[in-house]
Amino acid sequence: MLAQTTSIPITAPRSYFKRRSASAKTGLHLLMAAISSMYLLFLLSYILRSQVSDWEALSEPWQPLAQTGQLWINTALLLVASIAFEMARRNIDRFEQGNTRELLWLAGLSSFGFLIGQLVFWQYLTDHGYLASSNPANAFFFLLTGLHGLHLVGGMFAWMVATYRLRVVGQNGGNRSVSLAKLSIELCTTYWHFLLVIWMLLFALLSSSPGTYAAIAKFCGIG
Amino acid sequence: MVFPFVNMLSYWFYLVSVLVLIASFFVPGGPTGAGWTLYPPQAITAGTPGSEWGIILMLVSLIIFIIAATMGGLNYVTTVLQARTHGMTMFRLPLTVWGIFVATILALLAFPALFVSGIMMLLDKTIGTSFFMPEMMQFGTQLDHTGGSPILFQHLFWFFGHPEVYIVALPAFGLVSDLISVHARRSIFGYRMMVWAIVAIGVLSFVVWAHHMYVSGMNPYFGFFFATTTLVIAVPTALKVYNWLLTLWRGNIHLTVPMLFSLAFIVTFLVGGLTGLFLGNVVVDIPLSDTYFVVAHFHMVMGVAPILVVFGAIYHWYPKITGRMLHDGIGKLHFWITFLGTYLIYFPMHYLGFLGMPRRYYAYEDYQFIPDSAQSLNAFITVVAIVVAISQLLFIFNLIYSLFRGKPSGGNPWRANSLEWLTPDTPPKHGNWGESMPVVHRWAYDYGVPEAELDFVPQTTSGDVVPVHESDLDE
Repeated sequence: MLAQTTSIPITAPRSYFKRRSASAKTGLHLLMAAISSMYLLFLLSYILRSQVSDWEALSEPWQPLAQTGQLWINTALLLVASIAFEMARRNIDRFEQGNTRELLWLAGLSSFGFLIGQLVFWQYLTDHGYLASSNPANAFFFLLTGLHGLHLVGGMFAWMVATYRLRVVGQNGGNRSVSLAKLSIELCTTYWHFLLVIWMLLFALLSSSPGTYAAIAKFCGIG
Repeated sequence: MVFPFVNMLSYWFYLVSVLVLIASFFVPGGPTGAGWTLYPPQAITAGTPGSEWGIILMLVSLIIFIIAATMGGLNYVTTVLQARTHGMTMFRLPLTVWGIFVATILALLAFPALFVSGIMMLLDKTIGTSFFMPEMMQFGTQLDHTGGSPILFQHLFWFFGHPEVYIVALPAFGLVSDLISVHARRSIFGYRMMVWAIVAIGVLSFVVWAHHMYVSGMNPYFGFFFATTTLVIAVPTALKVYNWLLTLWRGNIHLTVPMLFSLAFIVTFLVGGLTGLFLGNVVVDIPLSDTYFVVAHFHMVMGVAPILVVFGAIYHWYPKITGRMLHDGIGKLHFWITFLGTYLIYFPMHYLGFLGMPRRYYAYEDYQFIPDSAQSLNAFITVVAIVVAISQLLFIFNLIYSLFRGKPSGGNPWRANSLEWLTPDTPPKHGNWGESMPVVHRWAYDYGVPEAELDFVPQTTSGDVVPVHESDLDE
């Protein structure tokens, strides 16, 4: 007979959770790959467009990005969020859940602060006449920071799930709910670190001098 | 699927994107007439249909669709990587799964390019940025834009556009390998190389995009590079064609409807692929660009060959989905009309292209360079196309008729090895396997194994019953 099949029960709890955890992380890595692809293409478009003569770099001494104070504050807020997530991840590894809730809230509020800070800077730009349509450098600034912000907003949904799961741990305890909360926090931590790196790249490029991106353009064979 | 919620979301996002696109038929100015390539500046300037609202809805629809496709893509790739059953290593997967797997990775990495270009064009249209819009006049009036680059859009679009055609073709490559091996009762020739060919085609598909842009005015030196890579990608593709042929060679070929469609695939893909070599060379492409030669080429490789595979696949897997066989006679009639019909549509079209007959014209009267014979041939192609289109009703009829009156198929009518044919129920119930998951002991292509009692050895057969050979390349 052909079908000499060995089989394994479908609901083995431990292996189910390990697979679920591995799947979630793989899914997140793939998402990060897709987002990186998007940003790479945006940045290449930025470099290409920057070499056209109508480009008025926002980083020139008389332009808004010469004073980057607000953006550094925003960067600090995002860094705090990343650090808070990292600490929360390590805490829950040691099952010290007491601190984890506070760290998670700090991460969430800090991220929210980052988003507000970005909107404040947007407001500053538009109040001073730096509209998206008036210059391609402005357009790219709004586009790149706007998309980054939107990705952070998406992450906030994941943050809400993590916060909820941690709350469930507090109420019910138990290994399974701790594992789920831990998974959520790990995923959020990875994603936040990723967004921090993207932001730092964007910040560096947007505030760099025209000479810098002319050099990058030359390296890419453009212009 | 490992992410059922995301799977569900991906469907509903997809539906919303379709509804947004359909809505573009009902807005002032109608739907966009900018083609699937949506080139600026024409797509968003007056003179092109739908340049007011239609294009906006098209771009919004695309953006939503790409989000849906990304969600679906994450699901597919993660499921293949993380949720295979016990014993199912990557190199025991059927080639159907490999084809879909690599195509989905391509989708995850290539769709962002369309997303980027779509957002930038949307901003050009709605808030007046100049990502792609150069300084130009529109019906005698200077527009506010300046400095944008239409070529940038083309680079971004085709960076997506070329992997897209492999997203269409790779699943078909995988499917046809499985159809051929089952219906010729032979292991696929060179399974491991077939896998590497699929991967190589996927990787190379990202470095050929500008062969769609030879006449765009881009730096002509790019033509050297992209023509070379385009010819290189023909190598793993040709390897696959040889391996399909070698699988058939001395096989126990059953001329079932799925096999007929698979054979037709090989013929039509070969023709279409050869004309791709013409178009891949810059100098030959320049006179053929924007002619019917291009239309004939891409329809053969994308519209005829993979669709024939999809039809074959439906005939092949319909018994698993419904528990009944599709009617064989109607199937063969459908096959012959479709195969011969599509061949008669697209093969002569190459000659129209050679004559210089342009594509995308709404009428061809009063052009001296288009002789009457070309007009007749064009009309002939149209008549055949209408006949082929109507004959698809046969297929639709067969699907519905066989649902009620088809011969009961049993669990494994084609005596195939892959897991889907071994489910306890046909059609499979929710969860597919009931209480226990199968364990895989071998690859999916053990056909005609000397030690076996029958000419096929399902993947779940242990090594004690039929030895597992080294040629199975177990991990």
